[in-house]
Amino acid sequence: MAKGRKMSNYIKLIALGLVTLFAMIGTNYARDLAYQVHAIIVMIVAGGLFLYTLRRTDEPKVAAAGLENEYFDSVIRAGTIATAFWGVVGFLAGTFIAFQLAFPALNFEWADGLANFGRLRPLHTSAVIFAFGGNALIATSFYVVQRTSAARLWGGNLAWFVFWGYQLFIVLAATGYLLGGTQSKEYAEPEWYVDLWLTIVWVAYLAVFLGTIIKRKEPHIYVANWFYLSFIVTVAMLHLINNMTIPVSIWGSKSVIVWPGVQDAMIQWWYGHNAVGFFLTAGFLGMMYYFIPKQAERPVFSYKLSIIHFWALIFLYIWAGPHHLHYTALPDWASTLGMVMSVILWMPSWGGMINGLMTLSGAWDKLRTDPVIRMMVISLGFYGMSTFEGPMMSIRAVNSLSHYTDWTIGHVHSGALGWNGMITFGALYYLVPALWKRESLYSLRLVSWHFWLATIGIILYAASMWVTGIMEGLMWREVDANGFLVNSFADTVAAKFPMYVVRGLGGVMFLAGAVIMCYNLWMTVRKAPAKEASLTVPVPAE
Amino acid sequence: MELYTLLRQFADSWMLLFLFTFFIGVIVWAFRPGSTKAYKDTANIPFRHDDAPAPSEGQPAANKEARA
Repeated sequence: MAKGRKMSNYIKLIALGLVTLFAMIGTNYARDLAYQVHAIIVMIVAGGLFLYTLRRTDEPKVAAAGLENEYFDSVIRAGTIATAFWGVVGFLAGTFIAFQLAFPALNFEWADGLANFGRLRPLHTSAVIFAFGGNALIATSFYVVQRTSAARLWGGNLAWFVFWGYQLFIVLAATGYLLGGTQSKEYAEPEWYVDLWLTIVWVAYLAVFLGTIIKRKEPHIYVANWFYLSFIVTVAMLHLINNMTIPVSIWGSKSVIVWPGVQDAMIQWWYGHNAVGFFLTAGFLGMMYYFIPKQAERPVFSYKLSIIHFWALIFLYIWAGPHHLHYTALPDWASTLGMVMSVILWMPSWGGMINGLMTLSGAWDKLRTDPVIRMMVISLGFYGMSTFEGPMMSIRAVNSLSHYTDWTIGHVHSGALGWNGMITFGALYYLVPALWKRESLYSLRLVSWHFWLATIGIILYAASMWVTGIMEGLMWREVDANGFLVNSFADTVAAKFPMYVVRGLGGVMFLAGAVIMCYNLWMTVRKAPAKEASLTVPVPAE
Repeated sequence: MELYTLLRQFADSWMLLFLFTFFIGVIVWAFRPGSTKAYKDTANIPFRHDDAPAPSEGQPAANKEARA
């Protein structure tokens, strides 16, 4: 055993040394700034890990016996911290770019090419979807799969590799966007070498998750794990197919996609919509199917419905992508297929929402007394609202008005802030006391504050975007008696100003709520009384 | 026959039939006799092992006893 570990340390040292060397050469030969900065980051990380491993080589190994009797929770604690941190970063970036749109002077001249709207926008979307949402999914999936399999995470420290590897992916993606390293595919902006790194991390994630399911002690795989697993598998498939590129040079970030023309557009939106469907929906439904029953202290309303919900959702979602490409070079049959599937998708979406809501039947009074469950329930409310709005907007006639307008932005945010944000906040409020073995949260009043700030913020956001989106769409298509367009593009921009300010204020409120949450969670770990009964397992104060 | 037409015909016929039958099968499976009782147990999985994994065969039940 000790010998095997020594050997693996030598292999690790060789690999890390080679990566460091390669990154050093890359720093010198880099063809563009983004690649150069990334080479430096990789050099520092790999070099640092080299030294770290070197210093621990040939040290006596700490016995790992008895760990099978405990859950692997330290990585989940780190994951909840990362979720809260990236959440605030992402919301802050979003609020700032909202004001950049309202007040273009905020695109500072000195920061041109680094922090103007075009550079910050993908930073915002990736920070909230992949950094905030992704960390929430990884952390909660590790928590849920252990509890519902009654088994410790498989693979030992592989879970730590997943966590830190994913953070490195986030840092590479974010710095790349600011320096112009993007392949211009929405939600798939990172360049080829960052994609390769994510693939490695994702395979490790799948191995940890699936390994834990395989060694489970419960005979049945609980439904939340089905949703998590479909999220992991489908995202892997989407990521690989949408990022089939050939690098121009091994020393540069640019690459060329293998798909030609309209096929590329179709594959991009097949990816893009299923990123919504499997990252932001299936994964978060896994969260819903565990944390709502736990917080409500009663099993899910109908387990049969949850099975039908799962299969219907994954069978239908995968077809809905073409609705992003109405009135383009895409064949009509494909866009009609996407539209029809999107409308049918309304059914399983609402089936799942009803299943979650009805879990509270017989315990509706908790809505009054428990602000955490209130948060989870309103997330389902927003889920229902945006899964109705989405199919409606996918209909070709509606889309001709809504497409390219702010209505789309409003729709995305009612889903992302309302559904994904609120269910994640609910899960964090559940997880932090559970993971740090606290009796309860520090303050329920602060949860209420967070709840109302976030809810009013989303409503301001969505309502102002409806108004400005529909107004914009109508102004674009307005023609005079002779058939000439009435409004110039700049006219619509000027008309949107008040709504942009309201949207920015909504963002400020949502951000303020998240900051309050961070304070509350911090104080829960610091100040809330410890749960004595369960302290047989020592918990490090992190 | 070119590849596109071949795949298109397959997708429109056998694959469609397969996916549809599979889905109907899932619904029938979910409502099979005895499922209500089985699912009642399954739905309660989240309430069983909050603090520690289930013990392996031949091991003491919980950490507490093991350490006392």
